[in-house]
Amino acid sequence: MKLKALLKSPWVFHLSTGSCNNCDIEVLDCLTPRFDIERFGMLLAPSIKHADVLLITGSCNRKSAKRLKRLYEQAPKPCLVVAIGECSLSRGMFIHSYNCPVPLDKIIPVDAYIPGCPPKPEAIIAGVVKLIEKVKAKSRETK
Amino acid sequence: MRNVFYLLFFGFLLTAVIGLLASWIDRKVTARVQYRVGPPLLQPLIDIIKLLGKETLVPAGASKQTFLLAPVLGISSVMVVSALLWVNDIWVGKGFMGDIIVAIYLLTIPSISIIIGGFASANPLASIGASREMKMILAYELPFVLAVLVPVIKSDYAIRLGDILTSQAENGVVAGSLSGTLALVVAIMSVQAKLAFVPFDIPEAETELGGGVLIEYSGAPLAVFRLMKNMLLFTLPFFLMILYMGGLRLDGVHFLYGILKYIGLVALITVIRNTNPRVRIDQAVKFFWGPMTVIAIVAVVLALIGR
Repeated sequence: MKLKALLKSPWVFHLSTGSCNNCDIEVLDCLTPRFDIERFGMLLAPSIKHADVLLITGSCNRKSAKRLKRLYEQAPKPCLVVAIGECSLSRGMFIHSYNCPVPLDKIIPVDAYIPGCPPKPEAIIAGVVKLIEKVKAKSRETK
Repeated sequence: MRNVFYLLFFGFLLTAVIGLLASWIDRKVTARVQYRVGPPLLQPLIDIIKLLGKETLVPAGASKQTFLLAPVLGISSVMVVSALLWVNDIWVGKGFMGDIIVAIYLLTIPSISIIIGGFASANPLASIGASREMKMILAYELPFVLAVLVPVIKSDYAIRLGDILTSQAENGVVAGSLSGTLALVVAIMSVQAKLAFVPFDIPEAETELGGGVLIEYSGAPLAVFRLMKNMLLFTLPFFLMILYMGGLRLDGVHFLYGILKYIGLVALITVIRNTNPRVRIDQAVKFFWGPMTVIAIVAVVLALIGR
């Protein structure tokens, strides 16, 4: 019941952990009239305390990893995490950098991965739809 | 027992249902203005249900009781004032002497509950938002009260909502006269500020304050605050309808007119919200204490000489 309502109105909070800003622009594109994710009840939450889905872009460098953890702890549960872009999936071109020790999913649990450099808005929406279906299937299993 | 029924059915249930529908109309019209599709019909309700199921976090350093009681204070005052308006509207003459003053006071309490919640949440952004909300109350209350004086003068100095309604049924609506129209314009601008909609959404300012006063709220208290705002989206236009447009009459074709009046007011508020940028707090105070107060005083003088 709880999850059912959550999947119909997932408010997203958008966090950049040191990305080059391309993924962030693609995320914001999803809100434009052409893609209009408010059709699915998604809103851009202004504060982490209102969020249901964390959209994380960027390569998680040493400075932002601490803040990322704190932010994840502040999000009210149930809260889903989506990694957007090559950097947050596998650190991308920064994989050998001294400043990016671990990928995102070693820091916090990630529910969906959306690859691309940057992923298209269509890919982001498709990824979120896959995430919603995955959570639905999971809640059916637990029943 | 009957009073409890009035409070729960008219004050809460009916107001909440209409308020949620109105907030859907608001979001849909906004989407259409921006050439989007917009959310489905039940979206505001689903949002509230979802928020009720989420975890409630109380920030460290916040005063817990005040933080959690502020939304309850706000929603209970909205319930009382909507029950008062409904009963006055349906059973004309059932009100008591001076209920219009009680309604004005009760309509201020939601803003005060937001201020209390903002200051209790121990967050600098919420404190800035709360202090802006306080300045907004100081700004819009003066022209709003002056505008409310016009229907009082028009209906022979009646300070009872029922008497204002009966005098409008006999002599035509207040908004039909010159002073009434001016007062209605001022009142709509004040309602825009009371609802914290876009030209005056300074306390919440998403881009600079990140949700402002509501930044630390999550889960059930946030749901109560959202429901309170949705209910206000019904209560405030309904108050204006009673004062200036003859209320919502339940007989025959007048009922249809009443619904049209309400939808028209909500659509007007939405269009104002979609065609204006946010103003700064000093601009808002200047706007309400300058032009709006002057127009309201002119309206009161015109009403006194019978125009």
